[in-house]
Amino acid sequence: MAERILMKGNEAIAEAAIRAGCRHYFGYPITPQTEIAAYMAKKMPKIGGVFLQAESEIASINMVYGASAAGMRVMTSSSSPGISLKTEGLSYIAGSDIPALVVNVQRGGPGLGGIQPSQSDYFQATKGGGHGDYRMIVLAPASVQEMASLTIKGFDLADKYRMTSMILADGTIGQMMEPISFEDVEINSYEKPWALTGTECKRKHNVVNSLYLKPEELEKKNFERFEKYAEIEKNEAMWEEYMMDDAEICVVAFGIASRVAKNAVVAARNEGIKVGLIRPITLWPFPTAAFEAAAEKVNSFISVELSMGQMIDDVKLATKCKKPVSLCNRAGGMIPSPDEILESIRNAKKGVL
Amino acid sequence: MAVVFEKPKSLTDAPFHYCPGCPHGIIHRLVAEVIDELGIEGKAIGVAPVGCAVMAYDYFACDMIEAAHGRAPAVATGIKRCRPDNVVFTYQGDGDLASIGMAETVHSAARNENITVIFVNNAIYGMTGGQMAPTSLPGQVTQTSPYGRDVNHCGWPIRVSEMLATLEGPEYVARVAVNNVKNVKNAKKAIKKAFENQINGKGFSLVEVVSACPTNWGMTPKAALEWVESDMLPFYPIGVYKDRSAEEGK
Amino acid sequence: MKTTQILIAGFGGQGILFSGKFLAYKGLVEELQVSWLPSYGPEMRGGTANCNVILSDDPVGSPIITTPDVLIAMNLPSLQKYVDSVAPGGQIYIDSSLIDLKIERTDVEVFYIPATQMAKEEGIATLANMIIVGHLLENHPELSFDGAEAVVESLVPAKKAALKELNMKALSLGKNYKK
Repeated sequence: MAERILMKGNEAIAEAAIRAGCRHYFGYPITPQTEIAAYMAKKMPKIGGVFLQAESEIASINMVYGASAAGMRVMTSSSSPGISLKTEGLSYIAGSDIPALVVNVQRGGPGLGGIQPSQSDYFQATKGGGHGDYRMIVLAPASVQEMASLTIKGFDLADKYRMTSMILADGTIGQMMEPISFEDVEINSYEKPWALTGTECKRKHNVVNSLYLKPEELEKKNFERFEKYAEIEKNEAMWEEYMMDDAEICVVAFGIASRVAKNAVVAARNEGIKVGLIRPITLWPFPTAAFEAAAEKVNSFISVELSMGQMIDDVKLATKCKKPVSLCNRAGGMIPSPDEILESIRNAKKGVL
Repeated sequence: MAVVFEKPKSLTDAPFHYCPGCPHGIIHRLVAEVIDELGIEGKAIGVAPVGCAVMAYDYFACDMIEAAHGRAPAVATGIKRCRPDNVVFTYQGDGDLASIGMAETVHSAARNENITVIFVNNAIYGMTGGQMAPTSLPGQVTQTSPYGRDVNHCGWPIRVSEMLATLEGPEYVARVAVNNVKNVKNAKKAIKKAFENQINGKGFSLVEVVSACPTNWGMTPKAALEWVESDMLPFYPIGVYKDRSAEEGK
Repeated sequence: MKTTQILIAGFGGQGILFSGKFLAYKGLVEELQVSWLPSYGPEMRGGTANCNVILSDDPVGSPIITTPDVLIAMNLPSLQKYVDSVAPGGQIYIDSSLIDLKIERTDVEVFYIPATQMAKEEGIATLANMIIVGHLLENHPELSFDGAEAVVESLVPAKKAALKELNMKALSLGKNYKK
């Protein structure tokens, strides 16, 4: 086994990105993700890579757009208000069908909000954010180790499907340190015949573009893109199930909320309540299959979120509202305690008795 | 039979969509001729703006990318930092470069980003049908300044070349015009220098091309070119505003 | 299965996060599962700071501590804020040179250590935190004092090599402290 080292979640993302072959990072400082930029600033010049602090989030995502079009593995990172600014570029990247990795270490909103951890950008990440019909692959790490492994996975999926992978983390996972080991990762390489490399006067020019003035063409592009999305929904959903075998109540949580929820599940089991946890690892594609199966056997669901309740909509859709879904939430940078979640589990138990 | 005139190799066969009398065709051709003459067609990567030149990616035969409104210098930065051996240029209008994209413009200049920027200033938003631009002249009538640009209400036009020349960063900033043959020839020289600077690793080079918009100015092409001479150039004088290598005697 | 949840709290500048890092690394060396979670934000610059360290035989669930087994309080507001949250049977370490308060709870073990005063006397004024940590190590066999030097070594940047010895000195002072 590789050596275990202690690392902050944000640093794990940066190190994993470098190991995944990313040599170009463009960003802009914002709490609580700035360690990613700082790590890149330190490392990139020493390995022949590029770190550039852009003048804004808007500029940085457009630098990513250019670098990706040039055929490179490239990333940017930010936190909630900065991601709002980047949504313009995210839409163009989607419309141009080019890969990118974007990290959102979420903080409370709306507006300038706060700087404490949050999951209230769930809608923005999973439903688009920018304008137009598009999707991003959204990966939700729940540990420092996953900050790294999902970053590597995110680059691979982005290249494979020519679209943005977003790491949807939060301030807690970004700031905390845990042991992590970097196994040797095998990096798949993908041909990029569409990339801007210069024609060398040997081929017709490549054009990276999202403008289609003829609606028939634009419609066709959208349908083609959604065929790709359907493939992803079929093949790439990831989730973890915990104590679900005999569960009568299913807690649903991702990221840091799932860590707290696990404590609550253990506590409830000690009280004799049959409860389990489904932790979506991909938020898009949402792991619908897991919920279809769970809806057949549990009596109710509890969506635990650091928001006013966003993922709960997807839980209801995935279960086709076959069973009641309740919400256990804190917002604005607050995190529910295991006791609060335990209380929700007890209430759910009463509801089914 | 000897060929005395032909289309530059760096332009595709796609017919321009520009209005009759629009100087974009001339400026495209100047850029393409320079690319041909420098032998960089195979290395060039162009960044198209949002504005009338939005479909420049159809016209230039080199690799092209379409940027979001105003972001061309950021996109060009991303490409150039990945592919320093390619020759990266943007082609932008006044709304794109000097209004919504001013931050990207100023900061790429401040970084002395080794790119070439062709800035077409015709003092109006063309593609959207003739609204006030950041470079519209005081008193100029447009769709969104129907009583003439009132500088007390909506501010003064911005002289981009003069402003950028105050920065330490950029290598070369020049303003040219394409309203007569002599000016067109000089414009080509400046554009060529802006590309040569990049090839020689000297850094950010911007050529502001004072152009015309007969359609949205409500003038005949000839009258529009005369208005460039009588009204535009007194406010936007032709000249080299910064040439670091020349100043340093290199 | 054993889990120890350690909450360290005090002012920014007292080395709160550093002492947490030391404990987390020590846990790592002892092949425990560990997590380290700092408070972050404006309070990093002079206000209150705290840090959650969890050491466990099993994978760590929530890294957020609501009921600490161990509280290290380096100032009065932190002690007042967290004293009631400590688990019955837990431990509270108090820098008694900065905090003039006796704990009324009888269901916890309390260590009053005049760490800041001791540090000043020894010319290591900024290392009161490590004096307390040294005493904590002595009380926690799962961490032990052995190997502390290697952990300090890995945490102190090469440029500040002199700090290694001073940190070890502080740890020893804490280890040997008797009321």
